[in-house]
Amino acid sequence: MSAPPLPKQDAAEGAPRHRELPRMRRGHAARLLPPTRLGGPIPWVIAILIALVVIAAAGGLALRNLADNARADLSGALTVQILEAEPERRAELAEIAARIIAAQDNVKSVRIVPDAEIDALLEPWLGAAAESEDLPVPALIDIELAGPASPQAIARLESAVRADVPSARVDAQSEWLRPVYDALAALQYLALALIALVGFATAAAVWLAARSAFSSHRGTVEIVHLLGGTDAQVTRIFLRSVVRDAAIGAFIGLGLGIAAVWVLGRQFAGLDSGMVSGGGLGWQDWAAITAIPVGGVLLAYATGRLTIMRALRAML
Amino acid sequence: MDERAGEIVKFDNVGLRYGTDQEVLSDLSFTLFPGRFYFLTGASGAGKTSLLKLLYLAQRPSRGAIRMFGKDMITLPRRRLPDFRRRLGVVFQDFRLIDHLSAFDNVALPLRLSGTDEAKVLKSVSDLLAWVGLTHRAHALPSTMSGGEQQRVAIARAVIARPRMLIADEPTGNVDPEMALKLLRLFEALNNRVGTTVVVATHDVHLIRKVPDSLIMRLHDGRLSDPTGALRFPPRPDNGRAGLA
Repeated sequence: MSAPPLPKQDAAEGAPRHRELPRMRRGHAARLLPPTRLGGPIPWVIAILIALVVIAAAGGLALRNLADNARADLSGALTVQILEAEPERRAELAEIAARIIAAQDNVKSVRIVPDAEIDALLEPWLGAAAESEDLPVPALIDIELAGPASPQAIARLESAVRADVPSARVDAQSEWLRPVYDALAALQYLALALIALVGFATAAAVWLAARSAFSSHRGTVEIVHLLGGTDAQVTRIFLRSVVRDAAIGAFIGLGLGIAAVWVLGRQFAGLDSGMVSGGGLGWQDWAAITAIPVGGVLLAYATGRLTIMRALRAML
Repeated sequence: MDERAGEIVKFDNVGLRYGTDQEVLSDLSFTLFPGRFYFLTGASGAGKTSLLKLLYLAQRPSRGAIRMFGKDMITLPRRRLPDFRRRLGVVFQDFRLIDHLSAFDNVALPLRLSGTDEAKVLKSVSDLLAWVGLTHRAHALPSTMSGGEQQRVAIARAVIARPRMLIADEPTGNVDPEMALKLLRLFEALNNRVGTTVVVATHDVHLIRKVPDSLIMRLHDGRLSDPTGALRFPPRPDNGRAGLA
């Protein structure tokens, strides 16, 4: 029999050490594993998880914006209440207090809240009784300070006003909203915890999928190993399908999440509430949200790589 | 002694057990030399496949020392095994072709794993498939091929990267006598013309008789017997054939 037509001696003995080996061509490496179809559960599981992260992140960012806007609006805002039962005396004391306040250094603006405005504020709770002269509603003065409403600034102002109007009470508006801020902060932490949990669930799903794929193709991996394939080559083959599945799932999830956020945004916009309108998303927020799928794919890549490398180390 | 002194494989007091079971191989000590043709014989269950697994680096021994190509395989880090596996060609008893790859892609795999240029892969694989008479089946999947065709694909895959040592486990067990002889001639050609060391596990005595220059190792209950003196170097003039049953 004639000699077999073998290639020159560079593939075996003369082959470079495995550290220097070039990568298999993309198409050939991909074909080492049988083609899978999108009908597998992993892309859809990742899509759902990423959609949840997008919704949680959008919610958290909106709450942060809402709290920041409210704080900014109210940081220098004070309200003075004049507690006086007799309406004419109450109006007179309010004028005196407003003059004293306007004379202070750090006051940017002073406004006596008109009775009609106070009646409108009370109307939803008291109905027609809000306009009754018999109802002892305090006079209100809105103040905007040039700087933040620190305890020292409040004490100084209160002392000046009370010298002539002893029934005056000065409150920082932000103090009224402290429980709301605390609730918003709790919701933001909840959103962060949800994102962390979903990230963990994504890693777990990829870990299970990678282990399952590795078990299914263990025979192929053994053959590739025995033919001189390196761990890095085998890992790359698996990671190709992990990253592809994760990328498909992540971008479907982004679409679903953005659709849900858009619908929720429309619903909240319909409330036409001053505070809620401060919870819109800016371009930086949208940039962060659109980066979530990239983070998901990177997480899947890292988890898949770790899983496959560990499984390979258990083989000879 | 290292590879430069003429050894390609050296086993020293090697034993192998799976888990806590009894040893399937015990006290194996032998040396394989470059360019020789070895037969490994023994009854079913004698440990031929286990010994071949040690040779093609699919298994580490439970005890003893193994040197291959001048390197100690026992202390060799796992990450360096691919370097040595690339010097071997293996024909498995069950072929172990990758089911979803065509005959062409199966044969090309060792070259592609070693990063060979695709134009060279195309030429080398085409030439080798023609040599084993499978050009017309190049794009066939293993599941659509006969046992003999799969066997030839497995052999082509084993030799395509020009291995220093070819290891074949019962390579003629699934083919008719005519094909068995043809495959044997292929191994001989590889041995004689390329200089590849060949180790063929078989219990077919008639096959052994057809390779007059071959050396014979016999396994019995996991122990290597050398009643024929075939493992001595230089071997006896008849390569131990006088001791064959």
